[in-house]
Amino acid sequence: MKKARYVLRLASRNMWRNRLRSLLTIAGIAVAIISFGLLRTVVDSWYAGAELAASGRLITRNAASLAFPLPLSYGERIRRVQGVDQVTWANWFGGIYIDEKHFFPQFAVDADSYFKVYPEYVLDDQQLLAFKKDRRGVVVGSKTATKYGWKLGDQVPLRGTIYPGVWSFTIRGIYHGRDDKVDTSQFLMHWDYVNENVKAILPSLADKVGIFVVNIKNPSNAALESQAIDSVFRNSLAETRTETQKSFQLGFISMVDTILLAIQTVAYVVILIIMAVMANTMAMAARERTREYATLRALGFNQAFVYSLIVGESVSMAVVGGGLGVLLTFPLAKGFFSVTRDMFVVFDVTPTTITLQIMASLLIGLMAALAPTINSTKIKIVDGLRAVT
Amino acid sequence: MSGLISIQHLVKTYQRGSQDIPVLRDINIEIESGDYVSLMGPSGSGKSTLLNLIAGLDKPTSGRLLIGGVDIGSLSEFDLANWRATNVGFIFQFYNLMPVLNAFENVELPLLLTNLSKAQRREHVEVALAMVGLADRMDHYPNELSGGQQQRVAIARALITDPTLIVADEPTGDLDRQSADDVLRLMERLNRELGKTIVMVTHDPKSAAQARRMIHLEKGVLVTDGEAGH
Repeated sequence: MKKARYVLRLASRNMWRNRLRSLLTIAGIAVAIISFGLLRTVVDSWYAGAELAASGRLITRNAASLAFPLPLSYGERIRRVQGVDQVTWANWFGGIYIDEKHFFPQFAVDADSYFKVYPEYVLDDQQLLAFKKDRRGVVVGSKTATKYGWKLGDQVPLRGTIYPGVWSFTIRGIYHGRDDKVDTSQFLMHWDYVNENVKAILPSLADKVGIFVVNIKNPSNAALESQAIDSVFRNSLAETRTETQKSFQLGFISMVDTILLAIQTVAYVVILIIMAVMANTMAMAARERTREYATLRALGFNQAFVYSLIVGESVSMAVVGGGLGVLLTFPLAKGFFSVTRDMFVVFDVTPTTITLQIMASLLIGLMAALAPTINSTKIKIVDGLRAVT
Repeated sequence: MSGLISIQHLVKTYQRGSQDIPVLRDINIEIESGDYVSLMGPSGSGKSTLLNLIAGLDKPTSGRLLIGGVDIGSLSEFDLANWRATNVGFIFQFYNLMPVLNAFENVELPLLLTNLSKAQRREHVEVALAMVGLADRMDHYPNELSGGQQQRVAIARALITDPTLIVADEPTGDLDRQSADDVLRLMERLNRELGKTIVMVTHDPKSAAQARRMIHLEKGVLVTDGEAGH
């Protein structure tokens, strides 16, 4: 116990012998741990939407591709499938506000059923009524409304891409999330209004729906319900593919899987790089202390004591840097989220990420001590005592 | 006085590539308990190697090295470390103090290998530092002490476990004359008053003259072994 205390005392004091070097190394570790944490949180956040999806919610789309719509009439047939509770539908609108940089998701939705299927979108009754009464009205998520300073009654022009022309909408409602994990960036317009215009300009797309959103009574029957819905439309002109909301969203994420893999790889490469930097620092430190280590061994301390000094110093430095990194990850994640709100619904540093950061810090400390520890075993006491440091 | 160190037909060679370099050749020395021996000789004569062997820092190639009846050449690394901790006090030319520990902590260091309590360790350290005249410098770090003071801290550290044998490698080599004289006087006191057996390597004839016995080595061979000049 007294030896352990001495090891800690010596290791922590040794750590500050070359202050500039130690501070730079600690800063490097902190930056690496922050980067690791933020990059992992970016990846987590991509998956967060899927993880937060309601378990009893299914998405039905065209089996051929999401690019091909389904007939509106399918909605009634889906509703008749046993176990289905509620059905609504939505079309991706894809308009441009000002320019492409000002992106927010826009959907043409069924005003009567959409907010029943999505109870997590909290909308004032008066505003819902106003939305239903105005065919050119829209409901906007609070995040997007705040971003552009929109308020009720404001006019928002969008330039159509899928649906040509300039569309003008009036904000009739601003929805909030039931909790901070709900996406509040959407811009929801009347499907009826869009469909009415489409009939005139693109008749082939009229009365068509991008996806049906289906709430089922028993979430544990999701697989069976999906099969039941799809079987209704088997051998039809537009066969369907039904899956849980989570699977549907994961399908989107799989499109950027390679990017996410690259981000994850970078996160681990950062740790490897700092491990090498730290190993170099420890190698220099251990080389400088060769004579001291030899003196300790001459005095009767065994090799394990010397190992513990090297490992103790290395781990102490990694823990200080890592701890700093973990602490700074939170405010930096907050700052990062504030400038990337359009990209992520949530940007929470998860307990898993924090655990991994702590483990990475310890690993950096242990691995960095490996080479100098091995080297120290090769040095004989008499040679160590002669070392010029 | 009784025989403490018995060196019999001691040979030490180093290997450089495929070549064996002899450093000590057939050395035979008997050193009594309480003796004060200086090892002298030119560079490369093998005196430091002999000191390292006596201190248990290195192992002989052949021959026997008995200290207090223990053949230290046959001990494992682990046992040898324990043996050094109990039986040998070290004084180095460059003091070899831990720069991040103060004088008290440096002297206390060897006591960490004993079962003494914190209070007992404190008592021992205070006595040792008082003995070398540094009771008022306990909290000072090596860089706050002069060379002579640092060497006295090192002597206190060598004494702290009450070893039978003290080995000193050029203990005055890095000191000015005044400090060197202080250190030599201190070592003489250790020998005379505490009965410590001291083996010291030195280049300095004045330092060597402080010892009772002087052993002269040249090219790994014992040339002369006799009384020192004082």
